[in-house]
Amino acid sequence: MPSKHDRYKSKYTVDRQVPGAFEGETITRRRFMTGTAHTAGAVAAASFTLPALGLALAPVFEREPHRWEIAGPVDMFPDDNYIPVVVTLAAGIGQVGKTTVYVRKHNAALDTDAYDRNPRTHPFIALSDRCAHAGCPVRWVPAAERFACPCHGGVYDILGRRVGGPPPRPLDRFFTRVSKQGLVEIGPRYSVNSELKPFSPRGPGEPLDGLGQYLYPAQFDERK
Amino acid sequence: MPLHPVAEAGVTVVDWIDERTSLSGAGRWMMFRKVPKGTNWFYTLGSATMFAFLSQAVTGVFLAMYYRPDATGGAYESVRHLTNEVFLGAFVRGMHLWGASVMVVLVFLHMGRTFLWGAYKYPRELNWIIGVVLLILTMVMALTGYLLPFDQRAYWATVVASNITGTGPIVGPYLADFLRGGSEFGATTLSRFYAIHMLVVPGLIAALMGAHLYLVAKLGTTAPPWKKVHKDVKLDTIEA
Ligand code: HEM
Ligand code: FES
Repeated sequence: MPSKHDRYKSKYTVDRQVPGAFEGETITRRRFMTGTAHTAGAVAAASFTLPALGLALAPVFEREPHRWEIAGPVDMFPDDNYIPVVVTLAAGIGQVGKTTVYVRKHNAALDTDAYDRNPRTHPFIALSDRCAHAGCPVRWVPAAERFACPCHGGVYDILGRRVGGPPPRPLDRFFTRVSKQGLVEIGPRYSVNSELKPFSPRGPGEPLDGLGQYLYPAQFDERK
Repeated sequence: MPLHPVAEAGVTVVDWIDERTSLSGAGRWMMFRKVPKGTNWFYTLGSATMFAFLSQAVTGVFLAMYYRPDATGGAYESVRHLTNEVFLGAFVRGMHLWGASVMVVLVFLHMGRTFLWGAYKYPRELNWIIGVVLLILTMVMALTGYLLPFDQRAYWATVVASNITGTGPIVGPYLADFLRGGSEFGATTLSRFYAIHMLVVPGLIAALMGAHLYLVAKLGTTAPPWKKVHKDVKLDTIEA
């Protein structure tokens, strides 16, 4: 037998035998107040968590400006041997931001593959010293015409293609150009697969052949 | 016999706090637990890990008084100064450095103990899971701490470690960028590692250690697997 009060109760709550809401109300006041308090708490928490998270995650998306670093005068570099030059990759942290690049002149007899045989777009060949396995610095051994990695025995040929050891792809390369003053300039880094096809720069250890290029997608913070 | 006035004062203070917090009950609940027959030294490996962590926390706080996370040379210089010139600096740094390895070894021994005892089984699965997170966090501490002296070894170890992170399929490259604070090892990598090493992870470890120990006290520890359930002789005779 419904009590006298039921007449004033909301149909949304009376069926469920919960007290609180009156006619026309769709939610009890208690639930409304609880919800409001929880929402206020969530907003307050989000107001410091989200900016902090954004700050921590920003570097994943940030795009570095391109740098063109001077390597040296054009005739400093032969076309059958690499000359190591030191360039700055990340500014503002002194020695730590520098890296070694191995540079030589374009050589029509060597650079015969489809991607770098044009000496106008590739006037110089600049290889990164960073091993494609785990990033140790490789050394150019002129007598053997090989790059050798001290860490796990990775070996590369004169084009930077892997000939031994664990590296999954060739050495990375840098774009090059010649300035009006006749200076060789080193530009952004890019990665290549085993056919020397260029890809946006990847980290060491990321293969670019077959499935590899899909498993290790280009990053937001790198030019495509 | 009346108590010595000093002891009396101590009792008064403890009573005063306990009357307002009832902490002594919680203390008794935590400290005076029943333990299974056959409990042995292997059960101390968890506490040993905890003390290794506390030692790291205390020595770390004092190292932080001298350390400067400055990638242009200040970091290395501050560690050099601490090691060579500060009174007991080399000693406290040594405790932290060797203590880190001790903690990693102890975590694994403790994990091995709970595994061999079958202590990960119902109802202690959650404690195993918390343990796995603690293990990972301990490794994160070891990784991030290794960079801080900022010598050649620290630098290359971190370059290689963040590159290895990058080799995880799909998410790896993003994680590596997050770790380094960019696609290259840059100006913020060191301060990032420093913040993770001294603020983020120690807090998480302390909180999870609390949860871990709460569950240990609540569920009790596992009896050694070689202890057979004791047969009740009287019950057996009745059934026969
Ligand atoms: C920071 C690291 C850790 C600390 C400080 C810690 C601390 C402790 C302590 C003090 C105990 C009490 C019993 C004993 O000492 O054996 C315990 C129990 C336990 N721990 Fe850990 N632990 C840590 C990491 C781990 C890891 C990595 C695992 C496994 C993945 C784990 C799994 C367990 C389990 C299952 C128990 C229950 C043991 C039983 O019921 O007998 N813990 N822990
Ligand atoms: S880093 Fe060069 S072979 Fe491993």
